[in-house]
Amino acid sequence: MLKYFVAIVLTALLSLVAGLYLPWWSIAVTAFLVSVIIPQKPLYAFFSGFIGVFLLWEILAWWRDTRNDGILSQKIAQVLPLGGSTLLLILITSLIGAIVAGFAALAASYLRKPE
Amino acid sequence: MKSIRILPFIIHLCITVILIIVLNRQWGNVPPVGKFLSPQHGFWQNADAVDKDFSEDLKFDGIQDKGSVYFDDRLVPHIFVTKESDAYFIQGYLHAKYRLWQMEFQVLAAAGRISEIIGRKALNYDKEKRRLGMVFGAEQSLSEIEKDSITKSQCDAYTAGVNAYIENLKESELPIEYKLLNYVPERWTNLKTALFLKYMCFELAGNEDDFEYTNAKTAFGIKDFEKMYPYFQDSLDPVVPKGTIFPPPAIALKPPPSTDSMYLGRTDSLGGGHARPDKDNGSNNWAVSGKKTKSGAPILCNDPHLGLNLPSLWYEMQITTPEFNAYGVSFPGSPGIIIGFNDSCAFGFTNAMRDVRDYYEIQFKDESMQEYWFHGEWKKATFRYEKIRIKGEPDLIDTVAYTIFGPVMYDKKFTGSRRTSGNYYAVRWKAHDPSNELMLFNRLDHAKSYDDYYSAIQWLHTPGQNCVFATKSGDIAIWSQGEFPAKWRRQGDFIMPGTDSAYMWQGTTPQPENPHLINPERGFVSSANQFPADPAYYPYYMGGSYPAYRGWLINKFLNQWTNITPKDMMTLQTENENAFAEMAKPVVMRNIDLTTLSEEEKKLYDILDAWDMRDDPESKGATLFDILWEEFTKLVWDDELGQTKLPTVYPHESTLLEGILRDSTFKFLDNINTPEKETLRDLMTIAFKKAAARCKTLNADGRLLWAKYKATRINHLARLAPFSRMDLPIGGGTNCINAAKSDHGPSWRMIVELGPVTEAYGVYPGGQSGNPGSPYYDSFVDTWVVGKYYLLWVMNKDDVNDKRVKWTMSFSK
Repeated sequence: MLKYFVAIVLTALLSLVAGLYLPWWSIAVTAFLVSVIIPQKPLYAFFSGFIGVFLLWEILAWWRDTRNDGILSQKIAQVLPLGGSTLLLILITSLIGAIVAGFAALAASYLRKPE
Repeated sequence: MKSIRILPFIIHLCITVILIIVLNRQWGNVPPVGKFLSPQHGFWQNADAVDKDFSEDLKFDGIQDKGSVYFDDRLVPHIFVTKESDAYFIQGYLHAKYRLWQMEFQVLAAAGRISEIIGRKALNYDKEKRRLGMVFGAEQSLSEIEKDSITKSQCDAYTAGVNAYIENLKESELPIEYKLLNYVPERWTNLKTALFLKYMCFELAGNEDDFEYTNAKTAFGIKDFEKMYPYFQDSLDPVVPKGTIFPPPAIALKPPPSTDSMYLGRTDSLGGGHARPDKDNGSNNWAVSGKKTKSGAPILCNDPHLGLNLPSLWYEMQITTPEFNAYGVSFPGSPGIIIGFNDSCAFGFTNAMRDVRDYYEIQFKDESMQEYWFHGEWKKATFRYEKIRIKGEPDLIDTVAYTIFGPVMYDKKFTGSRRTSGNYYAVRWKAHDPSNELMLFNRLDHAKSYDDYYSAIQWLHTPGQNCVFATKSGDIAIWSQGEFPAKWRRQGDFIMPGTDSAYMWQGTTPQPENPHLINPERGFVSSANQFPADPAYYPYYMGGSYPAYRGWLINKFLNQWTNITPKDMMTLQTENENAFAEMAKPVVMRNIDLTTLSEEEKKLYDILDAWDMRDDPESKGATLFDILWEEFTKLVWDDELGQTKLPTVYPHESTLLEGILRDSTFKFLDNINTPEKETLRDLMTIAFKKAAARCKTLNADGRLLWAKYKATRINHLARLAPFSRMDLPIGGGTNCINAAKSDHGPSWRMIVELGPVTEAYGVYPGGQSGNPGSPYYDSFVDTWVVGKYYLLWVMNKDDVNDKRVKWTMSFSK
């Protein structure tokens, strides 16, 4: 359980740093690497990557949205179109990142057998 | 090793890679979802903190010495430099920082390059811009700009400033429109500044109805044409007052002897309906002398009416150099202050409305378009190969033939509207001629006196403008200025034969003969796109389209008023009195047959009867009148215009109004499709009933109030509704001084009192930031809607520690 928790936190932190310098899909690379470093069963690995990036993107999006008073998110939630729902927009944002990271971690989990 | 499960690894790796590829790609209108949603790369990065700190210390090689920018609480920059060129570098940098997407988009639109961004659907638009010779015209301008060392160095510094921003731009900082449409900015060039100026030429000097008029003349004959589309109206109150005597013209014009057979009497059948700027791309400006103001100082006012867009066409700023200190609005895309004031004077513009775009029918020897018949011989055409890049498709080459008149714009290879079956039409456009309008603004920013202004406006060729001017020393002046072709009567209103040199423009109106007014006895000068001078006496033909009513209103007020204050000017600029309705309502009311009205219609009649002829936001009468006149117009003209299947235009509303005021049996009232003879009373009563029916529906939807019906909106440039401001509760309209129409209107309201300390007010319907995610994106809109103004702060060097300075940006080497 501790391993699972560490993997989530590590995925989030590494993705945050990578995102400063690398393209958006660097979340897949970091989730993959974390899954190689910390071997887990496939399902656990998937959710480590998934939850790690989900939380990261959720917090980042929410933080920017709060500081922006929701000015932009309301507009984008109409452009996309999500009926103007900021909550839905933040949720979709996080899910997109989470799925990519989850699959990357899942793939890597098959490289090493958990002890 | 046996712990590796290779197959599931490969499968899930593939899923991951495919997911990334799919989410990194644009699908139709859907932006690359992963890239777009990533909080560290995509749109969330454009969600500026509402308390964002705009202060920065910046270092660039392009800076000659140093500069400081102080932003006030409205995010208006006040630039202070020790070397003038640094001001333009910083201006370029700021324009790019706050308005990059808009700057580039407008230039791509001018150059006919929109297909590169949105694909094939913009192809006809792009072809029309190429064939109009927009890039050709910009190249002519650029060579003039670069011939002059002043404008060359101004442009070079500006371009370097824009590029300094672009080069240091991170992916995450891209304006949101680039992220949505999935492309990246190019480097700025001096040509792009020239292209931007041509974009304004297209807006302001691109209006003509030559094809539609030719069709109308063919359908109705020249005699009826003259009645339906007369050269001028009775209700005119020109810029230069009636009764002014003009000296005989310096150019003796010779209409070709063949006009009756070859031109006025000729019949053509032309396609039509093309992209054209708004007919009311006009404006108001006026200046009153000190003897009419309370303070004794002159007051200058200007509100240019243009398409209302977000981000706004304008960007407000102050530029202080050792040579000048100018405040006003600038064009993102061009250096300098365009409409504003400095320590000595103030300046502004309205459109002069002259028709400077004509068409000639070209006789080519064959379809290769190599040679055309002109003045008794075959002349060789030259060619320009327009390479149009289309998103997701191979490039397309559009070959455009150039004649002695200009480019052959319409032929059968053209796929947009105005395509022709086999004819060739070349366009002669004044905006193709070499000129350097940047120098106009440069000189005005530096101007200290009337003489400086007079020498500055010599640089204005196209688009022709009514240039209003006032100085602290007490002078007021207006020149209807530009390089105008000297035309004989009706020259260029129709397609002209391209085989006969006699139909070419024979010269230019000598500049001193342009209509003007300097320190007139009446104590004010004004313009609102009406005729610059009385056509009965002015010696040159002023073909064009001139709305009469706003100018009449402005002069009515300014003639009456004394002891004027800036506050009075605010009232005047936002005045909702409808001058057209004032003249038309009596004849309308007289001719509605009350005996035929139902109870419900009578109620609406009473509303109209009680209407105060003001287009106020809450007015129901304004809506009723507007719809009634629209229905009446259709009843009168649709039978005539229906005689031809070809595109024509409705005659001007003043023609109809003056027709029925003069003569209740106005010839065109009769519906030619019915045996009986309709009277004015018949038509007006039917029009009222039709209007009443429409108003009933509107009332049921709660949209009968004028502002609700008119639904003024400020569209985002790419027509993205969530980035636009819809349904603004503002009054006014076409024939009010407050000319706020549905998507067009006062784009910058400015009032400058030139006392010992300048007192200036301004507002534009937008905000300083072009970022839809910034609180400064539309922060002025609500102030503009209610007709309020901001006091413009002319900052001094010593005000650095003033409370009004919110952020500081420093530029150094």
